[in-house]
Amino acid sequence: MSAILDFLHRLSGLFGQDFFLILPEMELALFGLAILLLDYLLSAKEKAFNAVVAMFGVGFSGYSLYRLRALGPDAIGGFGGSIIVDPFFLYFGLIFLVATALVILISVRYLQIEDEHHGEYYALLLFATVGMMFMAGGYDLIVQFVGLETMALSFYILTGFLRHQRRSNEAAVKYLLLGAFSSGLLAYGFSLLYGISAMADLSGPGGLPLQVPRTNLDVVRTALALRGPADLLVMLAVVTVSAGLFFKVAAVPFHQWAPDVYEGAPTSISAYVSVASKTASFALLLRLFLYAFWPVRADWVGIIGVVAVASLTVGNLAAITQSNVKRLLAYSSISHVGYILLGLVAALSGPDGNETGLKGIAFYLFVYAFMTIGAFTIVIVLRRQGLIGDEIEDLNGLIQRSPTAAVLLLIFMLSLAGIPPLAGFVGKYYILLALIQTQHYYLALFAALYIVPALYYYFRIVAHAWLREPANANDPLPRISAGQSVALAATCAVTIAAGIYPEPFIRLASYSLVIPAALFGR
Amino acid sequence: MEFYNNHTLTVILFTPLVGALVLLLVPRDSENGHRVLGNLFALLGFLVSLPLVWRFNVGIPGYQFRESANWIPSIGAHYTLGIDGISFLLVMLTTFLGGISILSSWSAIKMRRKEYYILFLLLQVGMLGVFMSLDFFLFYLFWEVMLVPMYFLIGVWGSDRRLYAAIKFFLYTLVGSVLMLLAILALYYRAHEVTGQPFTFDIPTLLAVVPQFSTVLQVYLFWGFFFAFAIKVPMFPFHTWLPDAHTEAPTAGSVILAGVLLKMGTYGFIRFSLPLLPTDPTARHKIVTILIVLSLIGIIYGALVCMMQKDMKKLIAYSSVSHLGFCTLGIFALNPQGLAGSVIQQINHGISTGALFLIVGVLYERRHTRLISEYGGLSTPMPNFAAVYMIATLSSLGLPLLNGFIGEFTILSGIFQVSLRFAAWAVIGIVLGAAYLLWLYQRVMFGPVTNPANEHLPDLNMREYATLIPLVILAFWIGIYPKPLFTVLEQPVHQIMTQVNPDYYKTAGISAPQNGQQVARQTEQPAVAALPTPLESKTSLAKVETVGSKYLALASSGAANILAGGNR
Repeated sequence: MSAILDFLHRLSGLFGQDFFLILPEMELALFGLAILLLDYLLSAKEKAFNAVVAMFGVGFSGYSLYRLRALGPDAIGGFGGSIIVDPFFLYFGLIFLVATALVILISVRYLQIEDEHHGEYYALLLFATVGMMFMAGGYDLIVQFVGLETMALSFYILTGFLRHQRRSNEAAVKYLLLGAFSSGLLAYGFSLLYGISAMADLSGPGGLPLQVPRTNLDVVRTALALRGPADLLVMLAVVTVSAGLFFKVAAVPFHQWAPDVYEGAPTSISAYVSVASKTASFALLLRLFLYAFWPVRADWVGIIGVVAVASLTVGNLAAITQSNVKRLLAYSSISHVGYILLGLVAALSGPDGNETGLKGIAFYLFVYAFMTIGAFTIVIVLRRQGLIGDEIEDLNGLIQRSPTAAVLLLIFMLSLAGIPPLAGFVGKYYILLALIQTQHYYLALFAALYIVPALYYYFRIVAHAWLREPANANDPLPRISAGQSVALAATCAVTIAAGIYPEPFIRLASYSLVIPAALFGR
Repeated sequence: MEFYNNHTLTVILFTPLVGALVLLLVPRDSENGHRVLGNLFALLGFLVSLPLVWRFNVGIPGYQFRESANWIPSIGAHYTLGIDGISFLLVMLTTFLGGISILSSWSAIKMRRKEYYILFLLLQVGMLGVFMSLDFFLFYLFWEVMLVPMYFLIGVWGSDRRLYAAIKFFLYTLVGSVLMLLAILALYYRAHEVTGQPFTFDIPTLLAVVPQFSTVLQVYLFWGFFFAFAIKVPMFPFHTWLPDAHTEAPTAGSVILAGVLLKMGTYGFIRFSLPLLPTDPTARHKIVTILIVLSLIGIIYGALVCMMQKDMKKLIAYSSVSHLGFCTLGIFALNPQGLAGSVIQQINHGISTGALFLIVGVLYERRHTRLISEYGGLSTPMPNFAAVYMIATLSSLGLPLLNGFIGEFTILSGIFQVSLRFAAWAVIGIVLGAAYLLWLYQRVMFGPVTNPANEHLPDLNMREYATLIPLVILAFWIGIYPKPLFTVLEQPVHQIMTQVNPDYYKTAGISAPQNGQQVARQTEQPAVAALPTPLESKTSLAKVETVGSKYLALASSGAANILAGGNR
C-alpha cells in the first residue's frame, strides 16, 4: 500500500507541484477506472470486492487530502490559478469523502437485494466525488462548471441505476431534464460573467497580471467590483447563476425535482444526492457568492433571503402530509436548505460579513451529512426482498422488530428537527445566533418557529416506529449488515458527539473559514 | 465519598442516567429485572439527594454546591450547576416524587417495561437538570431533553387518545421553547455587546446585565421567555395541552407531570422572568397587571371547568390550572410573602395533586374507568382508601393544619398588599376549589354503592400505602410546622426581591416585621394607586371587599408572623 502511495507521489512529482494539489481527485479517478476494469474479472458473487476497492480509493484520497493540509492554512493555486487548495476546499473535501465512504458502506447489501450489483455503481460514485472536489477546489468558472457536470452526469446514471424499476427510470429522466436545464442556466450565467470580466479594463492600480485567464474568480471579482452593484448585466449574471445553483441545492422555487428523484432513486443514492450533491453545490455557491460576487452582494442578498424563507415554508409544510419516508426526507431537506441559506443571509450582512453565520453554514453542512445518511440508512435497513420499506407504514412497530434501529431512528429524527443535545441543534443554534447578531429578528423568528412543524413530521416517523403496533407481529427482524452497522455507528456517534461536545467540530468549522483568499491580489 | 462531597449535584443529576444505562443492559424478556432496578435507582436517586437536607446552609445567600467546568469554550458555555433555597426544594420534590411515581407503576405498567423505566429515569435527569443549571445553554438542553421521554410516556403507555395528547404536549411546549431559545440568544449576544465581556451563558452574569438594556429590549426579552414558562405552567390561555396530557398519561406520568414538570414553568418565572421584568415602571406595571389578571382568570376558569367534568382525572388536571394560577399570582405579587407562598404552594401542589392522581390511579387499576358516574359509595368497601383520599382532598383545597392552607394563605397575604380586588377574586377560586373537590369526593365515596362492580373492591395494598403515606405525612408536616420551608426560602426570596422590587424593603421597613398588620396596610396603598384595576366587579364588590378585609387582617398578621419566625 505504501509502495503504491509512494509511486503515486513520485508520479505527481514528475508533473510538479500542480499535480500534487489534485492528487486526491486523481486517486479517486484512478480507482474508479480500476473498478471498471476489475469488474470484468469478478463473478456475480464477488461484486462486493468493488466496494472494497472503492473504499481504498476514498482512503487514499483522504490521506492525500490530509497531506495537503500540511501545506499550511494559506491558499495555494495550481494550474495557472484555476484550482485552489485552501482550508475551505479541504473541509468540503473531507465532507465529500466521508459521505462517499458512508454511502459505499450502505450500498453493498442494498444493491444485492435489488439485484443490480455492478461495478459501475462504485466507479460512478468515485467519479461524482471527483466532480464535487473540483466544485469546491475550482477557482475558475470553467473548472467549476466541468466539476459540476462531472458530478451531475454521474448522478443521472446512478439515479436510474435500478433499471428494471419504473420509479427509478422516471426519476432519472426527470433529474436529467431539469438538471440539464439548470446547467444551461448556470452556463449562461457563467458566460455573462465571462463577458463582464472580458470587457473590464483591469490595467488600473491594483490590477491583475494580464496572463491570468478572464474566467479566474479573482478577475471576475475585480470586474464585478468595477461595475458595482445595480448594474443590469451584473444583475442578470448573478440571477442566472443563482437560479442554476438553487436548482442544484433544491431551493424553492427550483425544488420540484427533489421529491421525485429522492423517491425513485436507489435509497443509497437518495442519501448521496441529498448530502453530497447538496454540499458540493453549496461549496460552489459559497465560493462564488462569498468571494467572487462579494462586491455586488447588495444585488442578491435579498433574493437569498426570499428563497430561504420560501424553502423553509414549502419544505416544512409539504413534508407534513407525505406518506413516503423518502419523499418526506426530500421535503425536509428543502427546509434544511432554507436554514443554510438563512445562515448565508446573516454571513453576508455588515461590512465584513458575519463569522457566526459562516461557521453555522460549515457546521450545519457537516452534521447534516451524518444525520441524513443515518436516517436513509434506517430506510435501507428496512428494505427486504418483496418490501420496499420506504412507506411510513412500513416502519410500524419498529421498536419491537429492531429496538436498535428504532433508537437510532429517534436520534437522527431528533437531530434533524434540532432538539438538543444533538448535532442538528448546534447547527440551528449558530444560524439563529447569526441572524440575531445581524438583526434579522423576523428571519430568526421564522427559522425558530419552523422547528415546530419540523418536529411534527419527524415525529410522525418516530410515532410509527415507536407507538404503533407492527402490522405483522411475526415479521422477521431486518438484519443489519456489517457495512450498514459501521455506517450507522459512525453517523450516530457524530450526531451525538457533535451535540454533546461540539467543541472539536466547531474548531473544524472555524478552520474552514479562512475564506478564499485571492490568488492574484485584490 | 470525596467525589460525592465535591460533586454532589452531579451525582444527583446523573444517578438516574446511570440507572437508565444499566437498565439498557438488562435483557428485554427479563420478568422483574426492569422494575426492580428501576425502583432501586429511583430510590438511590432520592437517597443521594437526601444529604442536601442537612448539608444545605440556609443562612448563605446565593447558590450553593456550585460546580463549574468548561464545556464549549468557543461559545462560552459551561457545565455549571448550583442550587439556592428555591431550587433545593424543587430538587428534593423531584427526587421524592420520582421515587413515588416509579413505585406506583409497579403493577400498572404491563408492557414494554424496559423502555418505560429507562424513559422515566431519563425524565428525572431532564427535570433535575433544569432546576440545577446555572448556564443557559445547559438549561435549554435539559429543558428540551425532558420533552422526549415525556412524549413517549404519554404516547406508549397512555390511554385511548394517547398519540394525540403526546404530540400536542410536545408541540405546545416546543413553541414556547424555541421562542425562549431566541430570547436566550438575544440576551447572550446583547450582554456581550453592552458589557464588552467575552461571550458567556452564565445565568447570574447575564441576568445582572439586563437592567442596562433599553426598555424595548427588556420587554421583548421578557415576552420571549414568558411563552415558554406560561405554556409549561400552564397559564390561561396556554393551558389547553394540559387536560389532554394529564388525562391520557399513565398514573405515574400524570403525577410527575403535575408534580414536577409544571413547576419548571413557575421556576422559570421566578428564576428568569422576575429578573427580566423591565425596569421602567410603566412597562413593568403593564406586564405585572396582565400576568396577575391571567393568573386570576386561570384560577377561576380552572375551577369552574372542574365543576363540569365527568372524568375524575380530567377534573384533577383542570384543578392544576387553578392551583398553578395561585402560584403565578404569588410570584407576580412582587413581594416576599407572595413569592415564598408561591414556592411553598408549588411544593404543596406536587404533594396533594400527586396524591390525588395516585388515588385516581388506584381506582383505575381496579375498575379501568375514570368516569365519576361509575363510582359511588366507595367508602364502604374501601375505608382506608377513603381516609387517605379525604386527607388528599382537604390538603388540596387548603384546610388549615394541612399543607395547602399555608401556601394559599401566604400567597393571599402577598396579593392583598398589591390589591384588594385581586385578592378577592383569588378567594373566590378557593371557595370554588373546595366546592369541586368535595363534590367529587361526595359523588365517588359517599352514599350507597350503586354500581355492583364496586361492591367488593379491595382496599389499599402495601405498595399503595407506601406511595401514599409519605405524601400524607408531608402534607401534615408542612401544614403543622412549615417553618423549615420558610427558613430555606428566606435568603433566596430576599435576594430576588432586593433585585426585582427594591422599593418594597424601603417603603415597608422590613426591619420591623412584628408590626406586620400595619406594614401590609401601608404597602397596599401605593401599590393600589399605581396599578390600574382592570377587573370591574360591579355590585358584588362591596360584599367581596368586606370578606376580603377580614381575610386581609388574618393573612397579613399570619404571614408576618411566619416570616418573623423565619427571620429569627
